[in-house]
Amino acid sequence: MIEFLSQPWPWYISGPLIGLMVPLMLFIGNRSFGISNNLRHLCAMTQPPEVNVDFFKYDWKEHYWSIVFVIGTALGGMIAGGLLPDPDPINLSIEAMAMIRAWGFDLPAAGVLVPAELFAPSLQNIALLFAGGVLVGFGTRYASGCTSGHAITGLSTLQLGSLYAIIGIFTGGLLASWFLVPLLIA
Amino acid sequence: MTRYLPYLLAGVLFGLVLVKSEAASWYRIQEMFHFQSFHMYGILFSAILTAAVSIQILRRIEHKRTLDGQSIEIPCKEDGWIHYSLGGLIFGLGWGVIGLCPGPIFALIGTGSVGALIVLAGALHGTWLYGAYKTRLPH
Repeated sequence: MIEFLSQPWPWYISGPLIGLMVPLMLFIGNRSFGISNNLRHLCAMTQPPEVNVDFFKYDWKEHYWSIVFVIGTALGGMIAGGLLPDPDPINLSIEAMAMIRAWGFDLPAAGVLVPAELFAPSLQNIALLFAGGVLVGFGTRYASGCTSGHAITGLSTLQLGSLYAIIGIFTGGLLASWFLVPLLIA
Repeated sequence: MTRYLPYLLAGVLFGLVLVKSEAASWYRIQEMFHFQSFHMYGILFSAILTAAVSIQILRRIEHKRTLDGQSIEIPCKEDGWIHYSLGGLIFGLGWGVIGLCPGPIFALIGTGSVGALIVLAGALHGTWLYGAYKTRLPH
């Protein structure tokens, strides 16, 4: 069983499981499936009284559930990484492997999801990861949602706003992946 | 406390899938944005399809109730396009560089990645910046 679950989960299992989060969250407590709102709640919980930004003044205690959910997400990551580690490296396409080598990165070893070249905590990497995080955090709140809230929940319930968001997200992602990443690596 | 248990379990399932499907991998995200594999598109499209079918079924069930007895309402988003497009663009620029969106940030922290913790610190800072400057931005 463990051996079976340790293999990478194919897209046609993983995708439907992620899609089922939408009715599951509705069934548990009428919640709209989306992750990034809890970043707002975390800000609201820790806002010092002298800062006092209106956007973070609301009854965040009602949103404990979303903090519990992401604690679960981290636990799930821990179980997947600790108990069900993939015995083989990520099965990237030949084209992707060539691209990563051309960028001067090593190919991932077994159990590795992100490159040490970018994620090992050197001063330069810390600055880059923090800056990337700022863009993700700022953009996702500005757009009122991230991949889960817009691509999954929004598109599946036919929200026009989510379509605009997805077009923006994909455009930004293409620009970053084709131009920013090669530039930053060099 | 027990009323939070379903959320915890749902979160665990989500984190498991994000790591085991490799959606929380920077390599997979770069591969996706360069159209070099169907893997991530397969995940996204089958997730949207599954959610859409579930929503259609839910719409047809009368007297649908949540675990704690509320009546289920299908979520609806506000009108507008400027903040969705611009916010999405900024979010995408970050996602394309660091390869992590909010769900995978938390899942990767669980695997013990210090880098993901730094991304979370940045994301909280970015969220706070938005809150502070919200009224000066076009929406």
